[in-house]
Amino acid sequence: MKLNAERRADIVILQPVGRIDHQAAEAFSVALAPYLELCNASGERLLFDLSALDYISSAGLRVLMIATKRTKLVGGHLAVAAPQDMVREVLQITRFDLVFPVHASVADGIRAWSGDAGALTPDEN
Amino acid sequence: MNKVAAALHAANGRRFDNVEAARSYATTLPFAISGTFGGHSSCVELEITPPSAASHEYFLCDLGSGVRPFGSQVIARHGVHAPNTFHVFISHMHWDHIMGFPLFAPSYLPGNELRIYGCHRDLEAAFRRQHGSPSFPVEFDQLGASIKFFTLTPDTTHHIAGVNVTPILQLHAGDSYGYRFEYNDKIVVYSTDSEHKLNAPAATERFVDFLRDADLVIFDAMYSLADAVSVKEDWGHSSNVVGVELCQLAGAKHLVLFHHEPIFDDARIAAVEAESRRFETITRRVYRALEITAAYDGLEMEL
Ligand SMILES: [Zn+2]
Ligand SMILES: [Zn+2]
Repeated sequence: MKLNAERRADIVILQPVGRIDHQAAEAFSVALAPYLELCNASGERLLFDLSALDYISSAGLRVLMIATKRTKLVGGHLAVAAPQDMVREVLQITRFDLVFPVHASVADGIRAWSGDAGALTPDEN
Repeated sequence: MNKVAAALHAANGRRFDNVEAARSYATTLPFAISGTFGGHSSCVELEITPPSAASHEYFLCDLGSGVRPFGSQVIARHGVHAPNTFHVFISHMHWDHIMGFPLFAPSYLPGNELRIYGCHRDLEAAFRRQHGSPSFPVEFDQLGASIKFFTLTPDTTHHIAGVNVTPILQLHAGDSYGYRFEYNDKIVVYSTDSEHKLNAPAATERFVDFLRDADLVIFDAMYSLADAVSVKEDWGHSSNVVGVELCQLAGAKHLVLFHHEPIFDDARIAAVEAESRRFETITRRVYRALEITAAYDGLEMEL
């Protein structure tokens, strides 16, 4: 499990890579912690780019649930985007698609928040 | 109403000349239309040897309302004079798990022996409390059968009437216990009213070991995963998805989704079963294929 991060305007795009199984969930939680600190009403929004995520276990989803609860509590925003087919289905079956917005692409996710082109790259516009 | 409408719609103008023809057509409809998952609370029988009309040793998990029809079947099979023994393993004493006991006819018959096993020290008190005034017209001490209580130790294998039984402590208000039964080369795990926190790999490993290589896992799948880790966190129940994952890690063969959410109708339970099967298929990868069945009243399986 690896977590890439990239900032675009006030949006932090977090890209978990590989598999978040029961063993890796804790590392995912630790890697996520500093970004959660920054996510509140006046701070950064968190958009998870799931395109490189091959598998997520219930323990990994629990980490996302805690992150969602935390960001909601402080008025922040969290969404996910671009899940692979399998992960997209897992989000539906677990009902996590009701927990946070699931966007088809990172660009869709950015647009849904800002409508603002500032965070989009030229080819996403 | 919904089921009648669905059946009529599915019939699509077919003509049935008699009730028999309609009945045989009805058997071709999906289970959630033609039948029902039912609504009895927890009671599972493990049939170690096939019973005949002669006296028999029965094995049960929990005494929810499902034990009432079971008791009627026992009496239909043996009459009222064959002395039977019932080994009963109690997960915990929440009412839905013991409420069938006052209506279990064999407990009224002298000659029968009930051996009730559990890991809670106040097991007997819970049974006595629901018999007698004001809860029930018959006092516990008036029951005809011999009733004995036994306290088991978790994480220890007990040899009971030829079966190896290992209890495990589970996360639930007031504690609950799962039971792993081993007989010959068959393994059955009964694990209901059990929350899995998913926050510690060691706890997951401990439970995976408990389910290891089981032929059948009867598992508390009351909530969706999202509910189980959010609004219903600490409510002491688990989800279909965690059941599949633990069985995959343990190499178990067959998962029975158990302790359905009472507000779910038949269509919803059938959908959970279908989704669980789909979840197992898309996450299978290196794991052995896992069969999945949503429990219904009267479900029988052979191992
Ligand atoms: Zn309970
Ligand atoms: Zn229960």
